[in-house]
Amino acid sequence: MQPHLIAAATLLAVLTGTASADDGMFDEYREMMGDDSPAVFVIDEGEEYWYETQGPKAASLEACDLGLGPGVVEGAYAGVPRFFEDAGRVMDIEARLQHCMIELQGRSAEEVNRKPYSLRGDMGTEMEALVAWLADQSAGMAVNPGQVTPEEQASYALGEEIFFYRAGPHDFSCATCHGQNDVRIRLQALANLTTHEGAAEAYTSWPAYRISQSVVRTMGWRMRDCMRQQRLPELIMGSDASVALQMFLAVKASGAEMAAPGLKR
Amino acid sequence: MQRYSFLGLLGLLVFPAFADDVHTVMRESVANINGVTVSRVDRDPLQTFCSKPRAEAGDQAVVAELRAAAMASVMMPADGAFLGSWQSGAEIANNGRGLQYSDDPSAPNGGNCYACHQLDPREVAYGTIGPSLTRYGARGQSDVVLQYTWTKLWNTHAYNVCSHMPRFGAQGILTEQQLKDVMAYLLDPASPVNIPTTD
Repeated sequence: MQPHLIAAATLLAVLTGTASADDGMFDEYREMMGDDSPAVFVIDEGEEYWYETQGPKAASLEACDLGLGPGVVEGAYAGVPRFFEDAGRVMDIEARLQHCMIELQGRSAEEVNRKPYSLRGDMGTEMEALVAWLADQSAGMAVNPGQVTPEEQASYALGEEIFFYRAGPHDFSCATCHGQNDVRIRLQALANLTTHEGAAEAYTSWPAYRISQSVVRTMGWRMRDCMRQQRLPELIMGSDASVALQMFLAVKASGAEMAAPGLKR
Repeated sequence: MQRYSFLGLLGLLVFPAFADDVHTVMRESVANINGVTVSRVDRDPLQTFCSKPRAEAGDQAVVAELRAAAMASVMMPADGAFLGSWQSGAEIANNGRGLQYSDDPSAPNGGNCYACHQLDPREVAYGTIGPSLTRYGARGQSDVVLQYTWTKLWNTHAYNVCSHMPRFGAQGILTEQQLKDVMAYLLDPASPVNIPTTD
């Protein structure tokens, strides 16, 4: 979009006080930043982590098989979640990276889980950097999660159930906010994640550099944060529920082009 | 849906660990944090029934049972007074905090009404998941209106099973006094909710 069109759209949104007021402002910010997304530094950092020798086995992650063979990173993010035979379960990118850290580098499960996501305004974590880099290695590629094995299909079915799972003191599910078209919370427009369009828009834009928090956030973090807002306990990174929710969204988004890491409010 | 039910069944037969009870998976996928315990993923019968796409929530006998149970759960104000302070109600309607693990457990919970409803017509930052409640007070303050509105806030499922709205009274999200204040915000003729914009 041309800058003057952005300015006009922003002005219009502010004047009419619609849901897009928020988005207009951030569109403008994105336009100003151009290719200078702060995420580029995190992407570089992620690549460094991939090649860094770590853990008791003094190994890098170079031999990690993300689904397309050991060490193949291009397009790997677009192909998860998927079933991994060596682990016997369906994994998202985070679960798989944890698996490689434990198996290849000999690090303890406790260590790789200690601080999965950074705090607001904090330095980013190793996981966030790795995921940002890997997503960038799938930029422009079609979302293509595994839906061949029974485990992968069961993960999708489970994800759908969890999407509609109402619990906690407020009786919220994911669907409370993300199950209808054209609704908003306050001024925040909400995507209908049960549709291809809504799921594609959301799924392809994570991980993202979150301007309001000054860190890169992953899709796994987004699942965890939605659960927080649902008044539910902490969703564990790489857990079956986290993986299944991402599988549900990825299948809904199938075919859409990855456009991450992007910028978000 | 047919297809997924079939796949779910297939999964159950072949890979019990994957298509197992969703509750078990939820329990194993969450951790206690800042006073918010894993027991929050346990569901009561209403939550379980409403945990499916709305279009599917159709067994009328169950609906009637849940509606009756919701109605029976409602506790009318002990002193018979339904209306508190609309000024306090405005604060509660604007406050989105409470019961998240990121919230201070010692601070009062908000009602977060504006997340989903339009109320004061001068407030532009309102959500649209629920209907607009602007000029709600035009309904007057008859016993029927007072009791209906209180019931709706206390346990919305008494009227609309599987409504998206939280059960502010039944679940202890808001105190009785806070509910009275929200009632006043909705029904007091002096509340900005009931004062139209001049333009």
